[in-house]
Amino acid sequence: MAGIKIAGVSKIYAGGVKAVNSVSIDIADGEFIVLVGPSGCGKSTLLRMVAGLEAISEGEVSIGGKVVNRMEPAERDIAMVFQNYALYPHMTVYQNLAYGLKNRGTPKAEIDARVAEAARMLEITQYLERKPRALSGGQRQRVAMGRAIVRKPAAFLFDEPLSNLDAKLRVSMRGEIKRLQRRLGTTSIYVTHDQLEAMTLADRLVVLNGGRIEQIGSPLEVYHAPASTFVASFIGSPAMNLVAGEIHGNRLAIGPALIDLAGAPPASGAVTVGLRAEDLRLAHEGETVLPMTVDYVEELGAQRLVHGLVGDQMLTASMPTDMVIGESLSLTIDQDRLHFFSASDGKRIGSGTNVATDKTTAAVETA
Amino acid sequence: MVENRPFLTFLTHAFLILGFAVVALPVYVAIIASTHDISTLMSGPVPLLPGSHFIENYTQILTSASAANGLPNYSHMALNSLIMALVITIGKIAISIISAFAIVYFRFPLRQLAFWIIFVTLMLPVEVRIMPTYKIVADLGMLNSWAGLTIPLIASATATFLFRQFFMTVPDEMLEAARVDGAGPMKFFRDILLPLSRTNIGALSVILFIYGWVQYLWPLLVTTDPGYYTLMMGMKRMVTVQDGVIQWQLVMAGSVLAMLPPILIVIFMQRLFIRGLTETEK
Ligand SMILES: Nc1ncnc2c1ncn2[C@@H]1O[C@H](COP(=O)(O)OP(=O)(O)OP(=O)(O)O)[C@@H](O)[C@H]1O
Ligand SMILES: [Mg+2]
Repeated sequence: MAGIKIAGVSKIYAGGVKAVNSVSIDIADGEFIVLVGPSGCGKSTLLRMVAGLEAISEGEVSIGGKVVNRMEPAERDIAMVFQNYALYPHMTVYQNLAYGLKNRGTPKAEIDARVAEAARMLEITQYLERKPRALSGGQRQRVAMGRAIVRKPAAFLFDEPLSNLDAKLRVSMRGEIKRLQRRLGTTSIYVTHDQLEAMTLADRLVVLNGGRIEQIGSPLEVYHAPASTFVASFIGSPAMNLVAGEIHGNRLAIGPALIDLAGAPPASGAVTVGLRAEDLRLAHEGETVLPMTVDYVEELGAQRLVHGLVGDQMLTASMPTDMVIGESLSLTIDQDRLHFFSASDGKRIGSGTNVATDKTTAAVETA
Repeated sequence: MVENRPFLTFLTHAFLILGFAVVALPVYVAIIASTHDISTLMSGPVPLLPGSHFIENYTQILTSASAANGLPNYSHMALNSLIMALVITIGKIAISIISAFAIVYFRFPLRQLAFWIIFVTLMLPVEVRIMPTYKIVADLGMLNSWAGLTIPLIASATATFLFRQFFMTVPDEMLEAARVDGAGPMKFFRDILLPLSRTNIGALSVILFIYGWVQYLWPLLVTTDPGYYTLMMGMKRMVTVQDGVIQWQLVMAGSVLAMLPPILIVIFMQRLFIRGLTETEK
């Protein structure tokens, strides 16, 4: 068990591609870190540098206080779960689990005990004598997990381990991974491009974009106070509405709508305004109105997403299912739910929905 | 997609049977001829029905016929052929799989050049480079030796190329998983690559064993000592007798026997093939 320190790490591939750009993350012992970002942002590269499968171009990675830059993967005391599982096809499940231990010269009796324990935890005991080809995708996934668990490593590294499973299985495996990690208390780095998976698994999220860190924070921090328009549009489903706005004095103009801002305005001039679909609601008498012309409605069962135009800007609002939706809606939003981003570089302005953040985190902690 | 049309079925079967007959007839004639005595064979066309000298001919070829032609025992020659075929098979597979491993999994200077040099030998079978090869073998004093008989036949790239292609289809994650599991390069080779190549090795063994078994020109060149004669050479010598009649019934009996090992190998290994093909591992 150990913490992992990633300090100023970069990866420059032959040909000068900078896939990872001076990334620093301090991972506490037992923490579950999720690296999330769009395809090609360098998540796998970063993970593989921690694993030792890819040379580190710049910076330092240390595991448990030891710099591991020049160590072989096997010496780093990590275990990895691959996207395509990479089970050894000619070995039985038992042999697959035992192989890493055998190579380390673990005594036979201990191998047996550890494999049995891991198999029990993952409920794959009855498949121990089978070859991987005789297992379903979900069972193979478990075996791949088992291969990591038996080693009792300092850290687990996962590279999109669930992306080959069907949606339902993915949800249940997600829960299982989280439970296992809690139970074993092993430091974990998990790579995914699925923001929902990232939100549900992470103790802390690391949002990557083009090889750089956009934001590090707990899932709720990232959700409630995205550090940039990139994070705002990436985390949360449906994606946060980002519209052009203008602040004059104490007034925010979004298309035809004018919103009075209480307190000091966060900026003046052109800004990008972020509005979560679920923060938009129908306006009561006397409230500021964002008039929306309805374009189409998506029914999701528990809620419905209404897409439409406010002025000339596309907006999505989440509405309850018990109302009739006509040609147009009068929407409004509480002022503390507005997010402001710089119109030029997309960086967040002000702290935004801090109140909400505090409330929700408190609720989670007491739960 | 195949339509059920009686005429087409008839036609395809007719071609199939015709093709089979063309291939099988000479073998059939050889078997028939090996059961007659020499006077029947010399006195007209080869009969199409078995004769009554089966036991006599086969006993003779296995016991006294060789000595009469100044050759080592039939069993001795068979053993020579077997050794040669096995050494070539094992040698070729060992060398190719190791060089393919080096070329696919290691980065070393001039790796690409090494691959192309090996690849070029594909275009230069023994028959093409026979004079220089003979010169080298002679200068190294390897005439009339097992080394001279087998090494030049081992050194060519057929199997290297096939193993390289196979290794490139093994997913990179397999190597990475093995590295994380603490397997060094040699362990990875032994524990993962070798078992995964099993079916390839099986298929190649059959092809290479037969290749080694039927070698004729090269052994003829490098061995003058009858102790190294192989079956193929022995058969040839029995046909080129200086005086008297060629004992065709014995030559045929010898040939039929010489056909058996490759046939057995194919039959035996076929089961391995089919198993290998149905349980795809990767
Ligand atoms: N061997 C390589 N040589 C050069 N460039 C590479 C190499 N491997 C990856 N890259 C580049 O590095 C960048 C990051 O790749 P990486 O595999 O880390 O992305 P990723 O975030 O894991 O994406 P995905 O979600 O699609 O797996 C990509 O732009 C990719 O093209
Ligand atoms: Mg990736």
